[in-house]
Amino acid sequence: MLQDKDRIFTNLYGDQSPSLDAAKKRGDWDGTKAIIARGRESIVEEIKASGLRGRGGAGFPTGLKWSFMPKESDGGPVYLVVNADESEPGTCKDREIMRHDPHKLVEGCLLAGVGMGCTAGYIYIRGEFIREAEALQKAIDEAYDAGLIGKNACGSGYDYDLYLHRGAGAYICGEETALLESLEGKKGQPRMKPPFPAACGLYGRPTTVNNVETIAVAPTILRRGGAWFAGFGRPKNEGTKVYCISGHVNQPCTVEDAMGIPLKELIEKHAGGVRGGWDNLLGVIPGGSSVPVLPKDACDSVLMDFDALKEVQSGLGTAGVIVMDKSTDIVKAIARLSKFYMHESCGQCTPCREGTGWLYRMLTRLGEGRGELKEIDLLQEVTKEIEGHTICALGDAAAWPVQGLLRHFRPELERRLNEFRKTERAA
Amino acid sequence: MRSDGFAFTKENEAEAKKIIARYPEGRQQSAVLPLLDLAQKQAGGWLPTPVMDYIADYLGMPYIRVYEVASFYDMYNTEPVGRIQVRACTTTPCWLCGSDDVVRACKDELGIDIGESTEDGKFFLREFECLGACANAPILWVDDDFYEDLDYDSARKILADLKAGKTPKPGSARSRQGSMPIEGRTTLKSMAADGGDD
Repeated sequence: MLQDKDRIFTNLYGDQSPSLDAAKKRGDWDGTKAIIARGRESIVEEIKASGLRGRGGAGFPTGLKWSFMPKESDGGPVYLVVNADESEPGTCKDREIMRHDPHKLVEGCLLAGVGMGCTAGYIYIRGEFIREAEALQKAIDEAYDAGLIGKNACGSGYDYDLYLHRGAGAYICGEETALLESLEGKKGQPRMKPPFPAACGLYGRPTTVNNVETIAVAPTILRRGGAWFAGFGRPKNEGTKVYCISGHVNQPCTVEDAMGIPLKELIEKHAGGVRGGWDNLLGVIPGGSSVPVLPKDACDSVLMDFDALKEVQSGLGTAGVIVMDKSTDIVKAIARLSKFYMHESCGQCTPCREGTGWLYRMLTRLGEGRGELKEIDLLQEVTKEIEGHTICALGDAAAWPVQGLLRHFRPELERRLNEFRKTERAA
Repeated sequence: MRSDGFAFTKENEAEAKKIIARYPEGRQQSAVLPLLDLAQKQAGGWLPTPVMDYIADYLGMPYIRVYEVASFYDMYNTEPVGRIQVRACTTTPCWLCGSDDVVRACKDELGIDIGESTEDGKFFLREFECLGACANAPILWVDDDFYEDLDYDSARKILADLKAGKTPKPGSARSRQGSMPIEGRTTLKSMAADGGDD
């Protein structure tokens, strides 16, 4: 298990004040000027060396992403946009960072900004996080007042502005191009790619969109070195990670541990174990609602990292671990996710707009046993009609949980259909 | 006049100016989300058409662009609703932890169904998608605050307090610190001794 001295988010539980003074005592804003002085290239190289992969779900290598930004300035603005639209069911890590450790994020915005030659940053926070936005705005104001950001940030000669932008309740705005649309004051409907944001993003200018956790770990990596961060976890899956464990565990919690910790250890060490014991486990959604559910036998041994979870046909996603014990109506649990995607589809692409509703309605009906056995295959086919046929990944995210259900719990659906038919006949 | 007499109060006017200043010149449309939020609060929890028109004129946007935004995002109400907005999260993580009981508590205490407002115009009850506090499920989001770790009784108590004009304490109904395991921390043990300095 990760030791406390290697934890980045030391104020995850709000033991101390989120204020600048307290944050400095915890080590934030220490030698920031010297890090900036190392220069853009050195910052990107250090992040590359750390092995950090995006913490928002897709897991793209962060250093590489940063290196895509234009090397030469054309004199116009270049943006870092932080995705704080945390809305993936099962995920509640960025909330803790923003309300309890906001200076990690603010300092990260500056250093990432320097690493990419950005002139300004916007943090797009979901509208529902009102208290979190207040805490973050306070941290931004403190940083401005102390000369840490703004003109001549930290006395480094670098000018960098940082602004908070509040959303208004739309999951789709967590998709990076929808987020940019929303930030421009429009409906949050994803853009076609290419062009990618690094070439044409916010206001048509070069932009990189990163998750809160990704940016907030950067200052510590730059202080302690990429090799330190890369010392945790397995190759290509390095670092520490904030996990959120919800559902049927004795003690739901948010906790930072090493990448690659076994799922079972994570649940038993930190979350007090599965309600009723490990053998009472039905399944786990290991990375937020968009990744397929895993049945118990996979949960027995799987490691919590990108590659291990991919091998069992699921994903690390946001590391939002949703635990379900044997009392769970698994069809209803997944159908509720389908309802979520139906509600959150932006309506732009037909397969997603129409298909998410199909999934929800079919799953609800089949879950009650009303239907034909062959409709299970039809349901699978509907997921395949959505997957890969939309502008953004929301369509895929809607399809995968249903595919996971059919992959591992098909007999349960069949049983319900058969049972219903039997009672119908008897009647 | 399309705005039908609606105008920002002095404080909101100042706040609106502050918000607009966050965006580059000529990009004031970026402020439409936060400005609609301000306007909605001032107008009593919803956005009548004249208010949306006011924001459109304020930002130099076509009216339809503001209507589109107002109808796209969940936090805007385009019809009149009760003053105190009670939103129950019912997405899977909350549902697994008993959000059905919380919804039942809301219905029982307020005497209304999802999507309805009380007759005295005091409460508006709605279902909301994942609020992003899953380790503290189930959640009620009332106006600016989250109420966490609820069950039927604690949810009912919060609403009863609100009805009585009291302000219940936000956060965990089980006196939990943040999203720490309820029986105590498994990490950051040295931080416990510090105990928080404010």
